[in-house]
Amino acid sequence: MSSVALSRLSVRYGKRTVVHEYTETIKPGDWLCLIGPNGAGKSSILRAVAGLAAHTGEINVDGSPLRLRTSRRRAELVAYVPQSPVLPHEMLAFEYVLLGRNPYVSYFGGESAHDRAMVHNVLRRLDLDQFADRELGSLSGGEQQRLVIARALAQEAPILLLDEPTSALDIGHQQQALELVDRLRRENGLTVISAMHDLTLAGLYADRLALLHEGHLVVAGTAAQVLRAETLAEFYGVSVTVHHEPDGTVVVVPRRVS
Amino acid sequence: MALATTSLDTDSRRVSGRNWWLPASIVLLIGAFVLGACIGPAGRISSANWHLIWSVRMPRVALAALVGAMLSIAGASYQGAFRNPLADPYLLGVASGAGLGATIVFVIGRANTNGWLIDPLPLAAFVGGLIAVMFTYMVGAAFGASSSSRSSITLVLAGVAVTSLATAIQTFVLYQNNDVIREVYSWILGRLNTATWQDVRLVAPYIVISSIVLLLHRRQLDLLRVGDDEAASLGMQVGRVRLIVVIAATLGTAAAVSVSGLIGFVGIVVPHAVRMMAGASYKRLLPLTVVLGATFLILTDIPGRVLTHGAETPIGVVTAFFGAPFFIVVLMNKRLAP
Repeated sequence: MSSVALSRLSVRYGKRTVVHEYTETIKPGDWLCLIGPNGAGKSSILRAVAGLAAHTGEINVDGSPLRLRTSRRRAELVAYVPQSPVLPHEMLAFEYVLLGRNPYVSYFGGESAHDRAMVHNVLRRLDLDQFADRELGSLSGGEQQRLVIARALAQEAPILLLDEPTSALDIGHQQQALELVDRLRRENGLTVISAMHDLTLAGLYADRLALLHEGHLVVAGTAAQVLRAETLAEFYGVSVTVHHEPDGTVVVVPRRVS
Repeated sequence: MALATTSLDTDSRRVSGRNWWLPASIVLLIGAFVLGACIGPAGRISSANWHLIWSVRMPRVALAALVGAMLSIAGASYQGAFRNPLADPYLLGVASGAGLGATIVFVIGRANTNGWLIDPLPLAAFVGGLIAVMFTYMVGAAFGASSSSRSSITLVLAGVAVTSLATAIQTFVLYQNNDVIREVYSWILGRLNTATWQDVRLVAPYIVISSIVLLLHRRQLDLLRVGDDEAASLGMQVGRVRLIVVIAATLGTAAAVSVSGLIGFVGIVVPHAVRMMAGASYKRLLPLTVVLGATFLILTDIPGRVLTHGAETPIGVVTAFFGAPFFIVVLMNKRLAP
């Protein structure tokens, strides 16, 4: 299990600063969910941790800075599931998940028998082994989403970044995907950082929520602390009712304005 | 455990099902070699004119094989590096850039460059081709929406613009230097039909080296199929890999162009035909394009020798005849991803 510490993380695109000095610590095995309206900087934080966005400030994994690692060594620590993954239609599902082994294969080398066995193992755990020989284009959205998670899992990285993992899925597959991530987190001891739009689901699965607005952290804490009607009205400009279920679940229900 | 055995079985079946492609295409290549050596305007060859086979037809067949292999693997590699099914050494402007580079050497004068340690002609063709492809890529990347069919077409249109520009500069330079027009045009049209072992020796090192470099990057090209961001998040240094692949493909193409002249569409036809037959994985695709590209060009070189009496039909005409309709098919078929 690995901890992630972001310290005064800033991301700039040209002259525009999209993340302002964000500081956050994620304990080993925890799930942090970034929430906030579009343009809040959620994706940029994930991209910075994945090494895809230039940034200032420090990102430490287990106390050592991520920037000192080569891209390959970083990929051994951090797996990234983008919001809309590129799925080459003719690539076979097995080949796709095998790409996750790249950090462990030498530049000119080929995947070892261990890499292939590892991919079979991941496919079996995610109940995807019957699709191994199928082309990605022939699979459903839910199956494709599980394959993207399978590829991240084949990476054997202790930190998993998920950018809107459920945005393209129906409610059943949303639950299925998040349950899967939660199960893998417990079984493998993964530390998860996700960005999500569905506030109720975010509160349901994450240990801790961080609400961002225009690149600034507004409030962080448990679902009950962050998901308050006044806060959401102020930063999302939305009118909602917040219910607290007896089991502690926080439910955010939109209200009609008129 | 039962599940494990099933999935391992299907994996090995899939692999073995596609493994016979390479041996089969090598047999095809050998057949093409024999055919290429036996057919020609001089009619059937008897043992008496073994000399004709060895010094006229064999170098021609060998050169066609080298050029065909190179143009095909370069096409497949450009398609992978730019994630664009329409990428081809000619459409990207590599050939015209190489032509411009070569023209400049001819203007300086072959007599003046004779004493140079290294023949500057292939080098100038390489630099010209590289500048052209970099230019095409920058224009295409700047104006194309990312990862859409529009960006594929933008890249090709940028290639058209770069080709026109290079051709215009070349025409201007030639207009100022009338004396080298004949030399330049015989270079552009190529000399496959007058090939000698000397030509083979000149280009073989470039083509062999760039093909090996490209073959060594076939796993990286598979990784690039998921896009720059995801490939980078999987630990790949995308910019460096793309640069190496483009330089290797351009070096080989410039060398091929310097002996074969304008032969279009090989880099489109062969890789896409292989994708249709054997799947889109670059691990299988690249070795197969080398073998089948060589076969393709040896075979397309044959009709030109026998169809018309007297003057031969240039091979570029034959490949365009098959290639242009195929290109339209690729254009229409959205499933053909790089």
